[in-house]
Amino acid sequence: MKKSLLVVLAVLLCTALVSAAASAYTIGFAVSTLDNPFFVDLKDGAEAKAAELGVTLRVVDAQDDPARQLAGIEDLIARGVDLILVNPTDSSAVVPAILAANRAGIPIITVDRGAEGGEVVAHIASDNVLGGRMAGEFIAELLGGKGKVVELEGIPGTSAARERGQGFNEVIATYPDIQVVARQEAGFDRARGLTVMENILQAQPEIDALFCHNDEMALGAIIAIQAAGRADKIKVVGFDATDDAVQAVKEGRMLATIAQQPRLMGELGVEYAIKVLSGETVDKFIPVPLELVK
Amino acid sequence: MKAVKRLVSARQELLRRYGMLLVLLVMVILASFLSDRFFTTANLMNVTRQVAINAILAAGMTIVIISGGIDLSIGSVIAISGALGAGVMAGGSGWVAGLLTTLAVGLAFGITNGLFIAYGQLPPFIVTLASMALARGFTQVYTGGRAIQVSNQTFQWFGHGYISSIPVPVTIMIVVYILGYLFFKHTKLGRLVYAVGGNEHACRMAGIRVNRVKVAIYGINGLLAGLVGVILTARLFSAQPTAGVSYEMDAIAAVILGGTSLSGGRGNIGGTIIGALIIGVLGNVFNLLNVSPFYQDVAKGMVILVAVLLDRLLHAGGRTIRKEVDSGTDKAESARA
Repeated sequence: MKKSLLVVLAVLLCTALVSAAASAYTIGFAVSTLDNPFFVDLKDGAEAKAAELGVTLRVVDAQDDPARQLAGIEDLIARGVDLILVNPTDSSAVVPAILAANRAGIPIITVDRGAEGGEVVAHIASDNVLGGRMAGEFIAELLGGKGKVVELEGIPGTSAARERGQGFNEVIATYPDIQVVARQEAGFDRARGLTVMENILQAQPEIDALFCHNDEMALGAIIAIQAAGRADKIKVVGFDATDDAVQAVKEGRMLATIAQQPRLMGELGVEYAIKVLSGETVDKFIPVPLELVK
Repeated sequence: MKAVKRLVSARQELLRRYGMLLVLLVMVILASFLSDRFFTTANLMNVTRQVAINAILAAGMTIVIISGGIDLSIGSVIAISGALGAGVMAGGSGWVAGLLTTLAVGLAFGITNGLFIAYGQLPPFIVTLASMALARGFTQVYTGGRAIQVSNQTFQWFGHGYISSIPVPVTIMIVVYILGYLFFKHTKLGRLVYAVGGNEHACRMAGIRVNRVKVAIYGINGLLAGLVGVILTARLFSAQPTAGVSYEMDAIAAVILGGTSLSGGRGNIGGTIIGALIIGVLGNVFNLLNVSPFYQDVAKGMVILVAVLLDRLLHAGGRTIRKEVDSGTDKAESARA
């Protein structure tokens, strides 16, 4: 009895200590813009987590202007915040701000977009490889592990195209009866998605599913598929969950798309900020899981 | 002597024109062997519909390049004209208003280019480079970076409809090329385009209103970009802020493949459509054969390089003749002076 009481006391003491330590922290959050719902969600997630963990969060909005972001970060440095979460307006334009924080000895964590210079403790962003895997698994399941698949790739050499394709193909490779009959580039572009798919439809009499590295290409390809009268046979999965794509999914023109989770990204930002401040070592890249919208 | 020269140059002209036709034929035959899907009515219809957009742009670009100019802005003009046209329709107006707005915006941008080039005495490269950025910027501002949907079915017909089993974009392309042929053969302005491209100075000396010719040339080119804005918007059921990026490069490539000289004064619109077809067939075959994207651009670049080199070699003999002709006009000029 005494022992368990002791344990309870110890636990209470620990949590009190941790929250006391945590509440001492002030974290700055430099957001690129709050005109875009994606970044509003990002901020809301961070604020909710900060309130939950009892840390103070100071948000500055750059309104997509790198100069304003620099000024905002300088303000945060002057206020003496303990750590700054930076969601850069631009990967290269943010570097001077990060160098300023480095000089002041304030650790930086970048969110969503990375920085091309300066010292950054960690980078938190969506895991494109995982998203590609999710699309692959969803399609494989849908086809019952057997069928003919087409992949429309993004601009060659971009990280999004590389990672999304990598994840998708890793999964598809584990299904010997699923065959990728065409793998073509359509530059993340709706018009290119349309023409390239028109050509592929000419070449391939049998297609069961199509995976596109972004929604724009998927929306273009859908026009080609409908024009060819094959909309009931070919299932289309996109990536990004843009408004147009979500609408298409609702209307049944598109089967699914992969969505990023900005809210979760914001929450993880604050969580990792506290980890860094309490002296934990964290990974350089912290992937944020994605969500299938169907 | 003169007659012999004319004969020689005529033969070279033939070789040059039909040289590219030969390249196209070889490509078509090769493609038919490589993919049994290529030479089907459905696919050939498909290729020509895809070629239509670039071919229409290249027709305008042919006029510009023969006149000794260049127009880098057309890709962006497609985007801004399409966006404003779609915007008008999204605002509740009908397809006629959308169509006319799209064409008018294209024409306005073209004329503005022409005015700066002609009366501002500025190099076309610089002026159109600037308007390329301007038009793209306006598009981004106007659309807020988002696509504008077009649900008007009559308007969509311009991209997806058929006129007695021929796709509408193809019909438009054919009409543009017939008009282009007539323009060069039977209009004064058409002949002046060659004259201005061949020797602008001589034209000015001869009292030709070169500035007006230039404004007309860039105006026509802008109008054609607007026309493509209509087709592209109709094809995609929406105006895209990123529509037409780098379309000017494919148009220029088609013109050059068609044997038109980048230095102006020489070329023909018949060659341009062959050039556009070569580029279109190449893209189609790559997709049909599932060629790796990494190799596609390499192959495209090589085809253009080889074709232009071929053109150069075939023309090596012709250069001396051209020089004589040039000096001939110089003489005529000095005689007049």
